[in-house]
Amino acid sequence: MPSWSNVRADFPALNQNVGGKPLVYLDNAATTQRPQAVIDALDRFYRHDNANVHRGLHALSMRATDAYEGARARVAKFLNAAAPEEIVFTRGTTESINLVAGSWATANLRPGDAILLTEAEHHSNLVPWQLAAKRTGASLRFVPVLGDEGRLDLAALDRLLTKEVKLFAFTHVSNTLGTINPAAELCAKARKVGAISVVDAAQSVGHLPLDVRALGCDFLAFSGHKRGGPTGIGGLYGRRELLDAMPPWQGGGGMINHVDWQESRWKPSPERHEAGTPNIADAIALGAACDYLDALGRDKIAAHDRELAELAYERLSRLPGIRLLGPARGRSSLVSFAFSDIHAHDIVTFADEDGVALRGGHHCNQPLMRKLGLTGTTRASFYVYNTAQEIEVLAASLERILRFFR
Amino acid sequence: MSDLADLYQQVILDHNKRPRNRGRLPTANRVAHGDNPTCGDQCNVYLRLDGDRIAEISFDGSGCAISQASASLMTTQLKGRTAAEAAKLYESFHHIVTTGQAPDEISDLAAFAGVHAFPARIKCATLGWHAALNALKGDAAAATTETHND
Ligand SMILES: Cc1ncc(COP(=O)(O)O)c(C=O)c1O
Repeated sequence: MPSWSNVRADFPALNQNVGGKPLVYLDNAATTQRPQAVIDALDRFYRHDNANVHRGLHALSMRATDAYEGARARVAKFLNAAAPEEIVFTRGTTESINLVAGSWATANLRPGDAILLTEAEHHSNLVPWQLAAKRTGASLRFVPVLGDEGRLDLAALDRLLTKEVKLFAFTHVSNTLGTINPAAELCAKARKVGAISVVDAAQSVGHLPLDVRALGCDFLAFSGHKRGGPTGIGGLYGRRELLDAMPPWQGGGGMINHVDWQESRWKPSPERHEAGTPNIADAIALGAACDYLDALGRDKIAAHDRELAELAYERLSRLPGIRLLGPARGRSSLVSFAFSDIHAHDIVTFADEDGVALRGGHHCNQPLMRKLGLTGTTRASFYVYNTAQEIEVLAASLERILRFFR
Repeated sequence: MSDLADLYQQVILDHNKRPRNRGRLPTANRVAHGDNPTCGDQCNVYLRLDGDRIAEISFDGSGCAISQASASLMTTQLKGRTAAEAAKLYESFHHIVTTGQAPDEISDLAAFAGVHAFPARIKCATLGWHAALNALKGDAAAATTETHND
């Protein structure tokens, strides 16, 4: 049973020095570390239960199938989906969004229709829609974000969300600004005009309690690796009638009921959307990550992350010349900042020497950077194992960098 | 600190703080744009060629201290050189940033020897050079199409 008092001990990768200094891992928005429970789940599967799923009648295949389908049920419960069938396993957020763009959008959009996005989308919630728009003749619209705080312009949203809009895709939490969007309100607005809502939950799934039915979303995309799970696994939540009405986006084994020379018939969801041998081991380990986070308590995780982010915002705001992005309070688990005279990559290189792992650059958000008049920011992002003392290490490292360059 | 102190030499910090030949060159007859999509660094190099010789050179753009200082220092080294001399100087520079070793006759450019310990930053150091060599290769029209206005 994990407990908050020794949560750091659950994450073996944290226990190391970098350049002779204790690692301060603050790149969690890119990927988190994995708890031992997740590493053990992978190890156990490969050692004892490894077999392909769904097709075998032997003991190991049945065990593997049970564990894989058990993980699906676990993820469904984690998100409060109505049924396990509403969860399609994918490689992650990017693949989940591409699935909706490739299948739903291609089947349902036509010239004159519009896809609504926000200006704060990660490239993976932008480029798939650009491709879908090209394929279908639909157009793209963008809800502006306001200033450095990065809140959505809700008045503009109401003007943009017309009946032409068939799909509204938005990020729950901005990976660049740390802004939390009012997801339930946005989904409700989409529903009012008959548009499908797609929530990019890459940055919220491991940080905020998520309930797809309370959000009222039609689709929700997430990655395992940003919440303690393995890389290469994530999922798409979709309302069942939507998933079952969507054409397959990839063909292959496991997704068919009947195959003939010229034509085939598909299984219902989720198998329809999971052609080929799935990522069995990582799905099972993702289930273990759900157990781990629920044992810590999702409300407590959210409170911990917000506290650290607000503390970091407050502490870093004392650095001369800093430009902090996102709101001061009520922000998610990251801070993003820039100095006009010191480039993000120089900061990241220097901080690394103090053992502090940061990320610098455009954070897959080039158009937003351009709008903000920035070429990039430096981002520190937090998770369950980070501490207030690590924020002090970060601040001290930044102070050293300022002295060096100024 | 030793690797980092090697990387961020005084010469580099100085060029980063007080870039030389920075800004658009109104008399340019060649221009080329270089960008490094992974980190978003950008560099425009402007040349006024007089025959085969670089009569004037300037740069602008944005990026890390390494890329900006390198472009700045490069402009001071390329002024007055022919295209062939510029290509040769780039070869020496490339050797310095990839091996950390500088031939004796090279002075200021040797400040970039520390880059070799940071392979991810080699692209930063060579960004301006790539733009300059492209500007030397292309004619004005072709070089203009390489300039995106973003
Ligand atoms: C907001 C957001 N959306 C999507 C993604 C893409 O996630 P993945 O690379 O796991 O598919 C990320 C990852 O950085 C993200 O932060």
